[in-house]
Amino acid sequence: MSDRGVIAVEGFNPPIPERRFEPLPSVAGSVAGLINGLFEWFGNLGIFSWQVFKAAVTPPYEWRELIRQLDEVGSKSFPLVALAGAAIGVVISLEARYSLTRFGAKSMFPATLVYSVIQVMGPIITGLVVCGRVGAGIGAELASMKVSEQIDAIEASAINPYRLLAATRILACILMLPLLTLAADASGLLTGWFAQSLVEPLSFHQFIASGFKGATFDAFLPQTFKTAVYGLIIGLIACFQGMRTQGGAEGVGRAATNSVVLGSLFLILADVVLVKFILVVFP
Amino acid sequence: MATAYDIAMKQAEPEQDSRAPVVVVEDLRKTFGPRNVLSGINLSVNRGQTLAVLGRSGTGKSVLLRLIIGLETPDSGLIRINGQNVVGLALDRMSEIRKKMGFLFQHAALYDSLTVAGNVAFPLEHHRRGMSKSERGDRVEQLLAEVGMEGNSEKMPSDISGGMQKRVGLARALALEPEILLLDEPTAGLDPISSGEINDLILKLQHERQMASIVVTHDMHSASTIANSLALLDQGNVVIEGTFEDLQESGIGFVKEFLKKS
Repeated sequence: MSDRGVIAVEGFNPPIPERRFEPLPSVAGSVAGLINGLFEWFGNLGIFSWQVFKAAVTPPYEWRELIRQLDEVGSKSFPLVALAGAAIGVVISLEARYSLTRFGAKSMFPATLVYSVIQVMGPIITGLVVCGRVGAGIGAELASMKVSEQIDAIEASAINPYRLLAATRILACILMLPLLTLAADASGLLTGWFAQSLVEPLSFHQFIASGFKGATFDAFLPQTFKTAVYGLIIGLIACFQGMRTQGGAEGVGRAATNSVVLGSLFLILADVVLVKFILVVFP
Repeated sequence: MATAYDIAMKQAEPEQDSRAPVVVVEDLRKTFGPRNVLSGINLSVNRGQTLAVLGRSGTGKSVLLRLIIGLETPDSGLIRINGQNVVGLALDRMSEIRKKMGFLFQHAALYDSLTVAGNVAFPLEHHRRGMSKSERGDRVEQLLAEVGMEGNSEKMPSDISGGMQKRVGLARALALEPEILLLDEPTAGLDPISSGEINDLILKLQHERQMASIVVTHDMHSASTIANSLALLDQGNVVIEGTFEDLQESGIGFVKEFLKKS
């Protein structure tokens, strides 16, 4: 073997290309580039949001497309959300029973399940499930329309694509998230109670009466309706990623992935802010 | 009933002289990053005239069409449609101008979730809201018959050939009865027979409707068949503009080479 790591064959000595090393970008340069890109992304998102808002509040309104999107986001996500809610109900039921029994607070089980599902797990699980299904769907659909010039064709037909494509999808997400959250909550409570009653018989009426004892609307409504903000985040980011896609099939894949990844990330970050806000406004 | 916005738009429209050019492009410049695509283009098209814009691939022919319909914004220069400068117009105001324009995309850009009829009906559903469903259906059938696509209304775009997709795209472009027709490579990727059919169709529509048309192509045969005048682009500039005979008689080296190799 030669000193340059190439097996030498007698009588055959191919030219070995000189290795050239590109100078590594400085750390400061990389950080500056990253920050610049971040500002550019948020700037473009801001411009996009303003275009969508302007289009959404001015006529003509795209009612037919909105109804189609309500069905797409709402009805078609329902089975998945209900299933996720059901699984979460069983998990919380199993965990809560074990912990409460250890601390001798078994009587707190219904309230623990109700508060855990409705205040914490129901909204976030619904948000993440819808982000995965709807966010990826919107991102890929719009990206595919963008790369095949269908969005340009809509614009060339004197139709505002922000109104027809983005505003309807975002509004559908905003309207449907709270309703889907209610479905996930109901499903979670039902399976949570069922899992509990298999171990220790408890009537559903008793479970609900005990779980909601002393509860007020303030305890549950803000937690449910905060998911409208999740809807805004999911719809906005998916539409933004889809409508700014460039570069064929790879771009479509990237748009779908980014819609889910960024949507989930911003959804969790928003939850931190929303929980604090709700605690301050509804103490 | 006309809304205040419609009335304002109507008043904002300049008086139209039937002999004045419908589309005027003045000193139009466009760059993409470091690449200079158009470096000061001047063109005009009158009603009933068809201008073919020729040139090698990547010389900015399609960009010119996209600038005219407002899908791209120029770096500088003017684009006048019926005397009104459309550069920098807000999206909703530009939409009013676009209602007078039909655009055939290079790959037809049909909506893949809609049927052939749905594609042609799409602009009508949004801009002819007073039209009943049956009236709209009749108009779609009429448009499809005009482009030789009758009997295909329920097919999906993926189920028809490239030539048929272009015909459907053309029917969609004609749905709002435009004054200006922009065609981006109408015969690209088609066999000679389909190309000939598309050329005949464009000629027939021009004869019947007297629109101002701009056809972007690198197919010299198609250009000489359908256009009254031709403009040859090279490196972002118009090298020559005139009739096919003017191009044949030109002594410019690039024109001679382009004609020879076409």
